[in-house]
Amino acid sequence: MAQHSDVTTKLYKTKDQFEKSIWDMGWDEVLPGACVNSFEGEIDFTVVNVNPEDRNVAETNSMNKYVGDWRVVKPVWNVDLCIDCQNCWLYCPDSSIISRDKEMVGIDYDHCKGCGICVEVCPTNPKSLIMFDENLKNEDALTQWPEKVSKKKGE
Amino acid sequence: MAQNKKIMELNGVEVWDGNFANAQALRQAGVDVLSAYPITPSTGTVEGYASFHANGYVDGEVVIVESEHAAMSGCVGASAAGARVATATASQGLALMVEVLYQASGMRMPIVLCLVNRALAAPLNVNGDHSDLYLTSQTGWISLDSCNPQEAYDMTLCAFKIGEHKDVRLPVISNQDGFMTSHTAQNVRTLSDEIAGEFVGSYLEVNSMLNFDKPVTHGVQTESDWHMEHKAKQNDAMMKSVSVIEEVFAEFEKVSGRKYNMIEQYKLDDADIVIVCLGTTFETAQIAADNMREKGIKAGVLMPRVFRPTQVEKLAAMLQNAKAVVCMDRSAPGGQLGQLFQDISSAMINTPARALMSNVIYGLGGRDMTVVELEEIYEIAQDEVKAGKLNGTIQRWVGVRGPELKYFNVEGN
Repeated sequence: MAQHSDVTTKLYKTKDQFEKSIWDMGWDEVLPGACVNSFEGEIDFTVVNVNPEDRNVAETNSMNKYVGDWRVVKPVWNVDLCIDCQNCWLYCPDSSIISRDKEMVGIDYDHCKGCGICVEVCPTNPKSLIMFDENLKNEDALTQWPEKVSKKKGE
Repeated sequence: MAQNKKIMELNGVEVWDGNFANAQALRQAGVDVLSAYPITPSTGTVEGYASFHANGYVDGEVVIVESEHAAMSGCVGASAAGARVATATASQGLALMVEVLYQASGMRMPIVLCLVNRALAAPLNVNGDHSDLYLTSQTGWISLDSCNPQEAYDMTLCAFKIGEHKDVRLPVISNQDGFMTSHTAQNVRTLSDEIAGEFVGSYLEVNSMLNFDKPVTHGVQTESDWHMEHKAKQNDAMMKSVSVIEEVFAEFEKVSGRKYNMIEQYKLDDADIVIVCLGTTFETAQIAADNMREKGIKAGVLMPRVFRPTQVEKLAAMLQNAKAVVCMDRSAPGGQLGQLFQDISSAMINTPARALMSNVIYGLGGRDMTVVELEEIYEIAQDEVKAGKLNGTIQRWVGVRGPELKYFNVEGN
């Protein structure tokens, strides 16, 4: 589990932070059926009104599953170019664009699968999100950013 | 839901076929969602229930879908949401449902399926045999069997109470024979809506998706890390459902006066020759057994009322004194010994009993099994007992035109 963004780091709990971890449970202790808790215990809030990092997600919540290693290319975000249009946040199929109060915060690399949709829908020129090789460091990627493409008349 | 607002006044005895008995039981159970794709011979179950719905006797929803796969998927979705759910199907419909049957039992959805047993094509055939019943044998569904519309009505009512019990939470199949039961109108002693509704009780929600105070995820993926624990828990619930089924049958006897057992028997106590069968053949075999007893042959009949979970210990105990056990399977065995033969012989194998075990394949695609044929089966078994061994093979087909069909040789047993 490498690259937690600041927001997702807060989401992760270690095994011993739960009252009883699923890894300490036998077959007789799991919930009946292919059913898992989303949150620890009952909740008294409306989920959409509470930011993910403030929810008491359960160990079995997919928030606690690292799937970043499914990726071979990753989107890199260039904060200087971003206009906070929220297109990427809207179109991301895995809620991996983190935005607060309509301002882009970053990319959740623990759940992003590298599909590239955020890059496709980015309207700036040059794009503020570009796919790079997974192994390239983000700071190095930012030095390789392309120039603005000028559109000539009639093209 | 427990009971619909609008009450239907029923006579103490009504003349219903098996399908209509099912439909009445579903109505009285107060089903929230019925999701179905009607198929012969189970059409009457859905048709009857839909007419109750159209006439205002049903408060729940009737969802007519585009296939049986969708029908069972609708059931799983509604059940996960927290509803009391039922459906009906037969044969090819059941076969198309199979993928979702495993989802339903694995997700621990207490859905009730009225299965009207019919042959599986090819050749295409709408009549009754048990190939669809056997197709469900490892799906993780509790499976109850009935011999007539009365029992179909009673089993469908019991099915809700068994499956929804907090210690079970498994889907339940209420079987009846296609046409022989489903389309044969007979006297059915009814329960009033009130008594039936009280018996079934209100629906107990467990981890329902519509409970927003405790959100859950249903149908998760578990790889090698958790699959086995979930399957162990599911199977354990199936094994422990036996005591719940017994309780429910006992409670049903209190409200209806009709007693059901995990395994039904007829003149079994002193029987030398026992026929084991399912469905309507159980009733025919009782007449044959009486006739045999007049001829001095101690004949008995046994039927697993509860087909799944298999009653290994009880079956073995009840058959200890038998000298010959003929397991009759109404399904083409696919190069194997019949399912009932496998169930019964595996129950007997580690016990002191050494009955002659044989397997009869019969009645495929609705072919009749008559009293005369059953008497012949008893007589052949009696001859085998006299000879002290089977007459050459374990399995034979009866009631089929052409040369004799016998398989699986046994020497000097």
